[in-house]
Amino acid sequence: MKHPYLPLTDSQRAMMLQQIGISNFSELLTEIPNEVLLKESLALPEPKCEMELIEYFKGLAEQNQPCKLSFLGAGAYQHYIPSLVNHLAGRAEFYTAYTPYQPEISQGMLQAIYEYQSLIAELFSLPIANASLYDGATALAEAVLMATKETRLQRVLIPSSLHPNYLAVLKTYTKNLNLELITLPAKDGLIDTDALEKLLQTKTAAVVLQNPNFYGIIEDLPALIPLIKAAQAVPICMVHPLSLGILESPGKLGAEIVVGEGQPLGLSLSYGGAYLGLMATSERFLRRIPGRLVGETVDHHSKRAYVLTLQTREQHIRREKATSNICSNEALCALRAAIYLATLGPTGLQVVAERAYNNAHYLQEQLALAGFPLLYQAPFFMEFAIKTPRPASYYLEKLLPKGIIPGYDLSQALPNQEDSLLIAATEVFSCAELDRLVQEMRCL
Amino acid sequence: MQSNPMQLLFEKSISGKTAFQLPESEVPNYLESNKIPGRRATLPELPELSEIDLVRHYTNLSNRNHGVDTGFYPLGSCTMKYNPKINEDLANLPDFTTLHPLAPEHTAQGSLGLIYELENYLAALTGMDHFTLQPVAGAHGELTALLMVKAYHQSKGESNRNKVLVPASAHGTNPASAAMAGFETVIVKCNQHGLVDLEHLKSLLDQNVAALMLTNPNTLGLFETEISEIAQLVHAAGGLLYYDGANLNAVMGLVRPGDMGFDLVHLNLHKTFATPHGGGGPGAGPVGAKAFLAPFLPIPIVIKEQDNFKLDYARPQSIGKVSSFYGNFSVLIKALAYIHSLGAAGLTQVSRDAILNANYLRVKLKESYLLPHDRPCMHEFVLSATNLKEYKIRALDVAKRLLDFGIHPPTIYFPLIVEEALMIEPTETEDLATLDEFIAIMEQIAKEAAQNPELLHQAPQNTPVGRLDEALAARSPKLRWKPE
Repeated sequence: MKHPYLPLTDSQRAMMLQQIGISNFSELLTEIPNEVLLKESLALPEPKCEMELIEYFKGLAEQNQPCKLSFLGAGAYQHYIPSLVNHLAGRAEFYTAYTPYQPEISQGMLQAIYEYQSLIAELFSLPIANASLYDGATALAEAVLMATKETRLQRVLIPSSLHPNYLAVLKTYTKNLNLELITLPAKDGLIDTDALEKLLQTKTAAVVLQNPNFYGIIEDLPALIPLIKAAQAVPICMVHPLSLGILESPGKLGAEIVVGEGQPLGLSLSYGGAYLGLMATSERFLRRIPGRLVGETVDHHSKRAYVLTLQTREQHIRREKATSNICSNEALCALRAAIYLATLGPTGLQVVAERAYNNAHYLQEQLALAGFPLLYQAPFFMEFAIKTPRPASYYLEKLLPKGIIPGYDLSQALPNQEDSLLIAATEVFSCAELDRLVQEMRCL
Repeated sequence: MQSNPMQLLFEKSISGKTAFQLPESEVPNYLESNKIPGRRATLPELPELSEIDLVRHYTNLSNRNHGVDTGFYPLGSCTMKYNPKINEDLANLPDFTTLHPLAPEHTAQGSLGLIYELENYLAALTGMDHFTLQPVAGAHGELTALLMVKAYHQSKGESNRNKVLVPASAHGTNPASAAMAGFETVIVKCNQHGLVDLEHLKSLLDQNVAALMLTNPNTLGLFETEISEIAQLVHAAGGLLYYDGANLNAVMGLVRPGDMGFDLVHLNLHKTFATPHGGGGPGAGPVGAKAFLAPFLPIPIVIKEQDNFKLDYARPQSIGKVSSFYGNFSVLIKALAYIHSLGAAGLTQVSRDAILNANYLRVKLKESYLLPHDRPCMHEFVLSATNLKEYKIRALDVAKRLLDFGIHPPTIYFPLIVEEALMIEPTETEDLATLDEFIAIMEQIAKEAAQNPELLHQAPQNTPVGRLDEALAARSPKLRWKPE
């Protein structure tokens, strides 16, 4: 058989069998009991050459109709990805490597991850960031597991304004672990402070805060975090990383674990993955944090170098006593995030956050004038929920043929919210595009 | 590889530099008039660099990294095969990359159809009935499958089944995943051939057993010859049989987990299906199940109604969601492209060549190293460096010396049941010349061990840095850059 990915020729195969000391390949399979050997051929497609592959996958891709003017957010956001992110992360020395177990020939990836850890730690204002987790949802689940192990308590407060997918994953992860997930109610879209104080009268492991929350609303972290700390519970903050161009780093406000969905940091939407779980913690969690950690050290000539460290937390050493089962993570996505953040720098981060803020507030103001008021009167970052006179699905159906997705129909996640749309307006939109949505909505 | 030490991004930063621009804003500024709770006073200290600074920085870093594209990478159990270039291009088609995960289903028919198609092919390859592509890594797949095991036993009123059996030779993720799913792990011994000790297994099978997790071929690269009896025993005790698909590259088109009696399986698309490892990820860890376990698969599941694909959430017995959306979609594209490129005959040849390459190395290398289990192997095999002990040379020294030749060493000190283990998996994408060169180098290193052991202790010499002080890194952890 000839194929571009299979370099052995038939005569080489025959020669190798001879060297092994056998005459037929099937002699290498004698350990496989006959009763389990596959007798028929696999029900798979015929092989395709590269030209045929391109045609086939272009055909598949064309069956997608991504809208050019989409205001969907709800956990995945359209941000501009500078060209150099793709070019640099596309270097094959990075993407064809395994986890850097051999540091002497992996200094490139190790230093890149060390820089990523430094960038995330700086962004979140905490001393320790890991080398990545799977995505935002699993990062939050791991944070909750870590906090309950550290405090040896089972009770965790979860705001009702948390992204429903994050809640769903958290429930899956904790189902068999005897944890108690208590709903922290919201009032007018914001965490109810009185309810929080009351719930904190019982000993609690951790309180989860999402900021901005599922509705895009900015919670009052400077007021909430001290309440949680006073009750000796661990404050866990889940953030949109780019909001930190405007908002204070949760670490500075006293959060002990900060997690986030890293997709906005230079990762394409790609129908939900590959994404990136961000995590940073206080010193207290140094030996509990899940995932890889890269640390600085020296080689035997005292030259500065980087290496995977504190591996006694991990599954390949500790097996069932490991802090998590994670092995493969999202290293290449973390590399993209690092390149993206380094491209932005401090002023770029501020520019993106402010532009998204202003675009969203302009759009909201115009939509309100057009008869679509806010669902909750509360400060927001770049995403907001509006009330619609008709079911939200009506606006989606009417605008889709025009190539517009006006937002996310909240009834998809919250069945009692059928007359509201969640709208995200990032830095990518021009004023004309924002006006276009308003114009189209007004006509309906 | 370049050898001068490299500065960090932060050390190259010069205030006022930038690599980012946006068009001028056309909307009013609301920031000064609006009240923003918790607004930040100062910006984080991110590095300030121009575009060329960044391009040089990352290009130089990449030059200090070994990948499959750089050279041979026989890292056992990791299946470091060639990652086809065309698959990267296909995953970057704009109609795939710009699709939002919450886009209306009828605008996502291409992506949904792709998921549906890949699930079917994986089912055909493994002899399973249904697949979920939501888990994003092998260990994530293990956790997903074990949560299904738990839900299944609970649905039968057998919540007492809290033990998961794991062979001593298993990957570390197996026991770690079992613990995360709320199980207790019990180790099954290996016999003198490195296979599951059947008598010990029998003694462990009771009414509290939930599942046996098995890699077949196992981490020694050996096929579990008594697999049919193992399956029968586990099932008779009311347990489920779980296939860790880390080693599927050995068996495509030859045997199927479903035909061996396995009830659940996870696959590593970043191993067998040639999607890049990315320096540690992203991967994908799909889970397949026999029909009786399908109700427990994570939501949503892609279904086909007439000619339309839909996401089905109405599955009351499902374990729930395991990741934010539908898995690492960009990885799934590459795996499907790989299957289309090779087809049934090609994938079978992949496994045959993987086995042939491994056996060729096994037969040649057992002359200069110890081969504890001397029998035909599948896609990998484990040598022991104990024969070099008399020269005070360990597996680690052999590994480090290989670096001087531009070769990534085998997996060392794993599996735990072999002393001074060197676990070698060449994969099918290496040609004969590379194998012969590797054999010659390994033989040379064995000779050096006897004649000049100091050379091995000092290795590597030809790399950007020498052996590292790993104890220092762990003793006083420095995990982030901070200004002096």
